[in-house]
Amino acid sequence: MSTITCHQICKTFRQGDEIITGLDHVDITIETGEFVCLSGPSGSGKTTLLNAIGGLDTPDSGEISMGELRIDQLQRGPLADMRLHHIGFVFQAYNLIPVLSAQENVEFVMQVQGMATRERAKKACAILAEVGLEGLEKRRPAQLSGGQQQRVAVARAIVSQPDLVLADEPTANLDSVASAQLMELFTHLNQDHHVTFIIATHDKRVMRYARRLIRMQDGRIICDEAQG
Amino acid sequence: MLSVANLHLRTLLTLSWRNLWRNHRRTGIMLGAIAIGVWAMIFMTALMRGMVDDMLNQGIHNLPGHIQVQDPTYLDDPNVVNSIAAPGAELRNQLDQLGAAAWATRIKVPAVIASERETRGINLIGIEPAVEASISGLPALLASGRFLESDQDSGIIVGARLAERLETRLGKRVVIMSQDPDNNIRERGFRIVGIYRARLPALEEFNVYAARETLQKLLRIEGRISQLILVGDDYRDIAPLYRRLDQLLPSTLQARTWYQVDSYLAAMFNMMDGFVLVWVIIIFLALSFGLVNTLVMAIFERVREIGLIQALGMRPGLIVCQILLEALLLLLIGLGIGNGLALITIKPLESGLDISVVAEGMAMMGASSILYPKLTTADLLLANSIVIVLGILTSILPAWRAARLDPVRALNTT
Repeated sequence: MSTITCHQICKTFRQGDEIITGLDHVDITIETGEFVCLSGPSGSGKTTLLNAIGGLDTPDSGEISMGELRIDQLQRGPLADMRLHHIGFVFQAYNLIPVLSAQENVEFVMQVQGMATRERAKKACAILAEVGLEGLEKRRPAQLSGGQQQRVAVARAIVSQPDLVLADEPTANLDSVASAQLMELFTHLNQDHHVTFIIATHDKRVMRYARRLIRMQDGRIICDEAQG
Repeated sequence: MLSVANLHLRTLLTLSWRNLWRNHRRTGIMLGAIAIGVWAMIFMTALMRGMVDDMLNQGIHNLPGHIQVQDPTYLDDPNVVNSIAAPGAELRNQLDQLGAAAWATRIKVPAVIASERETRGINLIGIEPAVEASISGLPALLASGRFLESDQDSGIIVGARLAERLETRLGKRVVIMSQDPDNNIRERGFRIVGIYRARLPALEEFNVYAARETLQKLLRIEGRISQLILVGDDYRDIAPLYRRLDQLLPSTLQARTWYQVDSYLAAMFNMMDGFVLVWVIIIFLALSFGLVNTLVMAIFERVREIGLIQALGMRPGLIVCQILLEALLLLLIGLGIGNGLALITIKPLESGLDISVVAEGMAMMGASSILYPKLTTADLLLANSIVIVLGILTSILPAWRAARLDPVRALNTT
């Protein structure tokens, strides 16, 4: 995994006649294996920053790099490849493919990567067991609870061992027990597998797990501090 | 590389197939529309093909033959002077070996027929009675009396309308007058031994049939004929027979295929393929609105998922392929049902569909009142290919638009 560097990123959105500032000259460097939480009120720019780092959105100006790779200059195809091979996403609203079973959802990324059937099935079952979903592999998303769906989404995000996991409000729809379990899982993956995590949240319980806390407001970083 | 492509195909197939059945009712309605459209394409094409085939066969029977050999000047001036020598033993043997379904010699000259009350201009045709059934199907058209029994038969066969015009009937004598090669008027009395009814009423008034040798004597052209007629196995494929025949003939004789002899029939034959194509495309255009609407609705309903698979790293090209595959599956199932329906409905009608309610109109076009639907592999392939190719083409735009969705906006769609 390479260092992620954002340099003077700006992003604005048009809402009717109004121009809204999403990111305002953001500078940030995230090293391999970090466990970072982005916090701040709604509209502070957390999700916009995650989307920009993940190549889902393009900044108006500034540079985003993953090692030597300039993410902000990639076209749609190479951006998709970058996400496929280097980044895992966990979204607030689970975002599973409803026509696929839990195992197939987890296998999906590996399938697109071109991994052999047997190998990806083995990996998917193992990771589902690791997130506590053993025996539920064949269930479709609609047959799983919210917490179980989010764990499938996490399994999908980490199964191909990405360099970076971007999680946007991953506990927003979970109860406190499920939230704690999820964060324990993230911590375990970060410590044992050295996966870099960037989590956008305004849940204080989640922030306690972070080793670095970045506070944002009005599209700017107002505080960037390490936590014990 | 190939195995990766194979994996992608399996992934895309799984997604496409399951997405297709997310909304059973919509997919069912669309499948029904495709199936009925395909059935209509094939069924109507088979009916039209059968009708045109009948008209062409009838037209070729009236010419008659698939290939005619005559003196080069005969077509412009069908005078007895422009006759050719009847084939000798060697040529007859070669003609037998040529691979034609049947061949015969004919005499065909302008003449005048007179009854006790009326006189009319006619085409006087000298035939070989033994093979005429294979050449023009005349024996089957006989309405009363008998057919000619030998090359020396002294009777004639006239059309029902001509008999009416001449105010004569079966068994009565008429006089036929024509010219010999020296421009001398030759005439002879004939007894009407048979009356025929042609599908084209106009032919009944003009074509009068007599035995070939009887006419050769009357016209003083013993050993000479007007035409050599050949019939192949299939009027659509007579080029090989034509080439073989052309090698046998001396340069003084001219062989012409039916489509060279009758440009109207040739135009009808060529027009049919174009007509089928236009018909199939028109039906498809109606179908395409439903197909595009189904795909657009299917995409609209899962914008969020498309955003998700973009976020997970599926390339835009693969998203296009996935949606096109969905359209292809829909088309293939619809085609399967439509083809099946067409086969089930056409096969029982192949023995003939009675359309005598409109028989008079059909007769004017040279077709019979019994329609024989004709299902050809080429028409089946054409209908299926057009549905697949144009179906995929019309699906490209919705698929391309899906692949161009902004992932952030798509993911935030509720």
